[in-house]
Amino acid sequence: MKRATRNSILIHIAAWVVAIVILAPFGWMVVASITPQRVLITTPLQWIPDSWDFSRYVTIFSGGSDGVGTTFRAAMGNSIVVAVGTVLISMVVGILGAYAFARLRFRFRRAVLILFLATYMLPQIALLIPLYLILNSLELLDTTTGLIFVDCALVIPFVLWILSNYFMTIPDELEEAARIDGTTRMGALFYVVLPAARPGIFAAIMFAFLLAWDEFMYALIFTSSDAAKTLPVAISEFAGRYTTDFGLVAAGGILAALPPIIVAIIFQRYVVSGMAAGAVKG
Amino acid sequence: MTVASAKQTTGSSPTPVKRRKRFDRQGRMAFWLLLPAGVAVFGVIIYPMFRTLLVSLFQVNSALATVTPFVGLGNYEHVLASPDFWASMGRTLYFTLVSTALELVLGLAVAGLLNAKLKARWLFRTIVVIPWALPTIVNAAMWKGIFNAQYGSLNALLSQLGIIKDYQVWLGDPTLALNMVIIADVWKTVPLVAFFLLAGLTSIPTELYEAAQLDRASWPRIFRSVVLPMLVPSISIVLVLRTVEAFKVFDIIYAMTRGGPINGTETVAYYAYQTAFSDQNFGVGSALSYIIVVVILALSAVYLRLLRRSDMSLL
Amino acid sequence: MKFNSTRVRRTIGAIGIVAAAALVVSGCSVTGASTASGEKGSGTGTINALFMKQAGYSEANIDEMITKFEAANPKIKVKPTFVAYEALHDKIVTSAPAGTYDVVHMDVIWPAEFASKGLITNVTKDFPASWKTKMLGGALSSAEYKGQYYGVPWGPSTKLFFFNKTMLAKVGATADDVKTWAGVLTVAKKLKAAGVVKYPLSWSWNQAEALICDYAVMLGSFGGSFTDSSGKLDVNNAAGVEALTWMKKTIDDGLTDPASLTFLEDDTDKSMASGKTAMELNWESTLRDQNDPKISKVVGQIAVSAPPAGPTGLNPGVNGSMALAIPSKSKHQAAAWKFIEFITSEAEQDKYAVSSMTNWKNSYTKTDITKTNPQVFAAAGVAYDSMISRPAVANYNSVSQILQVEIQNALLGKKTPQQAMDDAVKAANAAS
Repeated sequence: MKRATRNSILIHIAAWVVAIVILAPFGWMVVASITPQRVLITTPLQWIPDSWDFSRYVTIFSGGSDGVGTTFRAAMGNSIVVAVGTVLISMVVGILGAYAFARLRFRFRRAVLILFLATYMLPQIALLIPLYLILNSLELLDTTTGLIFVDCALVIPFVLWILSNYFMTIPDELEEAARIDGTTRMGALFYVVLPAARPGIFAAIMFAFLLAWDEFMYALIFTSSDAAKTLPVAISEFAGRYTTDFGLVAAGGILAALPPIIVAIIFQRYVVSGMAAGAVKG
Repeated sequence: MTVASAKQTTGSSPTPVKRRKRFDRQGRMAFWLLLPAGVAVFGVIIYPMFRTLLVSLFQVNSALATVTPFVGLGNYEHVLASPDFWASMGRTLYFTLVSTALELVLGLAVAGLLNAKLKARWLFRTIVVIPWALPTIVNAAMWKGIFNAQYGSLNALLSQLGIIKDYQVWLGDPTLALNMVIIADVWKTVPLVAFFLLAGLTSIPTELYEAAQLDRASWPRIFRSVVLPMLVPSISIVLVLRTVEAFKVFDIIYAMTRGGPINGTETVAYYAYQTAFSDQNFGVGSALSYIIVVVILALSAVYLRLLRRSDMSLL
Repeated sequence: MKFNSTRVRRTIGAIGIVAAAALVVSGCSVTGASTASGEKGSGTGTINALFMKQAGYSEANIDEMITKFEAANPKIKVKPTFVAYEALHDKIVTSAPAGTYDVVHMDVIWPAEFASKGLITNVTKDFPASWKTKMLGGALSSAEYKGQYYGVPWGPSTKLFFFNKTMLAKVGATADDVKTWAGVLTVAKKLKAAGVVKYPLSWSWNQAEALICDYAVMLGSFGGSFTDSSGKLDVNNAAGVEALTWMKKTIDDGLTDPASLTFLEDDTDKSMASGKTAMELNWESTLRDQNDPKISKVVGQIAVSAPPAGPTGLNPGVNGSMALAIPSKSKHQAAAWKFIEFITSEAEQDKYAVSSMTNWKNSYTKTDITKTNPQVFAAAGVAYDSMISRPAVANYNSVSQILQVEIQNALLGKKTPQQAMDDAVKAANAAS
């Protein structure tokens, strides 16, 4: 009994340490974003400023002069469009494909799956110039549609992998029973497999969203204006231009991180069950 | 395990003839179901892949080059003979090995904590997921600020604790800068690894622990003989994923150091980017990206072979 | 595993043959870019212009110019795009095959590369002969390659010497004491000894083009140049090595902030604005920041002059001019030219002299223009007289990379200055 209590205390201490190591850098970024610039550049650093300064958020939300606010807001909109679009397409396409991998027997099944997964090993630089030309001839350069198009190619293999593993853990009997009742395969997929695969689907959504939100190199090369530039590109320009106004970079960074953090927190509990059942075993 | 059960159902068809027919029908259906995914993925990458392969066999010195002599494997030879390439390869290997190793060890520890009986476990999980969700570029900007030589909080913290006397230029020395980038990368990626491993941990049947505890096995032994073997599939996947990702590392370098100082943080992907786009040496840049692909394939194959002890259903 | 990889390989092989065949049929070039060239166009329509966002003209300035241009030319619409300087070169390169942009903003170090590789249009025959005498020579070189013009200069630029008068006064020094680099060192030592500031000097010595700009100023003041008469890099000569030795010594003596090795121009600018630096080299437009109370703690304390003179008595500034060029795949070259003519005109440049210097000699004699930015006009007028150029070679980027690495090798004490420069020269001349 005594040993168990001691272990529990040790575990709690360790958890605290981990939480602090994780929260400290992030927390400092939050504090820095509302610390006046003159305090940020004093040495020795004053950790808690004497006054708070929310002007950077005001600049980002309402500022228009010289583009900081406008660019940021446009980039936020673009990122949301690109991430949501990519997630939607990848999920629909991925669910269909994953069902085939998990439930159907066909020739080259393993080879095809490996081929999909192997695309992950291609570095993006290997594709940049030809892709640029394709997008240009389709008039998709500097458009969110074009980015969704190329991002899907990055995200779909992941979705296929997570979902097909999860689908395989759903007992066949469920589906067979439905099909004996006269439901088609597609019907079974929608009414039987999908509801049972909810954790796997949520896990896939989270992965897809984080991947699409984080994508940088394609956005860097294929977009240039407020019409399609995404947040990672906007932040990298931001950071290049206001190198020592760390507060402004921090404020932008926090806002850029908010959507994925919210998504991750909401879906986080499904990720464990979603992957535990299938993906990781695969 | 899962594959086995699936096979049994398909294998239970009464006669071989009927079975083949069903196989064909399933094959056709699979084709249509996979078509959208195939188009979306391979439609985007096949043509560029071969275009780049083609370019890697020519001398292409401009994005608009009209005179492009065929050089065969000349670009590959040029790369393999270049000391800069080997230096960047060495740095990339160092980055990959150190960051992946740290991520695995720390990730295992954090996964254990995530799985432990904690008060407010939901809160702990919520905190741990934050770095994973943080965009790489934001992560890079954040650490760049923390490591800043004049105003950075790392300098402030260490000097106020009396650990350092003078402010250090964390990103001003090639080796130190590479290690600092690794710290930033590890901080962001440990949670991802931990959640992957946690998924593996939770699928270990509790009876196994209980049995081991009944045998009065010590924790290190339980870890070695029960947990680790069960985690091999998860670990191998994490290893492959992280190795591939680390080997392609570009954005954190672009945002934190741009390869400097003294090329100390120039990884091979960044080197390829520089060669192709900044120096407009597209032939050599394309050859470089294919060399990266080959190395990644080789590394993945080695890992999978080494770790292929248990039956993995899909890889 | 084995079975599958053979499969995969076979599949890939098959697709490869198909792709190669398709290539032969379509008859494209290797890069996949079409071989069709750009067009003059009707002189109307929408043109896309790529600008740098950073020093010089601000986005608001450029938007204003566009509004005026569109009012004067109702049949042309201009769509501006702004990217960071660090992303500008690569953007011009990646967009070249597609002809995305009709006007691009180009740095003085790129004409050789872009022109020799056919990325930008030769505009020599549209370039009025009178401009060659009416524009500053240093600015002209930002659009010129081998006697041909590939664009129109849009603002000359050079690094000037900024110093904090108030700090200098604390050790009894004035502007006269920092007219030479030797004087700068003396004042720096006094400032350090008196504890006015921990590191009197800071520089932009990050592994970037900024480092080459600073080195160029030092090289010039020691009487050196980057290349010999045949155009080969020869910075391993006496002046080249002395300049580097001098730079290294300021670090060893504790006069230069060691953080300089992670600094770009923006960082040195802000370091001075926060009162951590007494003296620095930076571009003209940074005086604006030093006097902006929102970011500066030293409003009104900063003075600016031409770069101090070296032992040879020379004090050249580094040529950092920019120009506007027309990419060769542009389909609206006539309209693009009209737009370039408009915004590079003397009248337009004069209006924004606070943001960027003008390349028209005439402007420097107009008192109503010079009084808008008196300190910078005074200093720049001197500096533009003699400017040191970075080598105009087609592979400038790799040469610059090599130099950056070797200079940093010396600054961090990994190599002696002589060794570093020998290695740089060897590597650069092997690469070309």
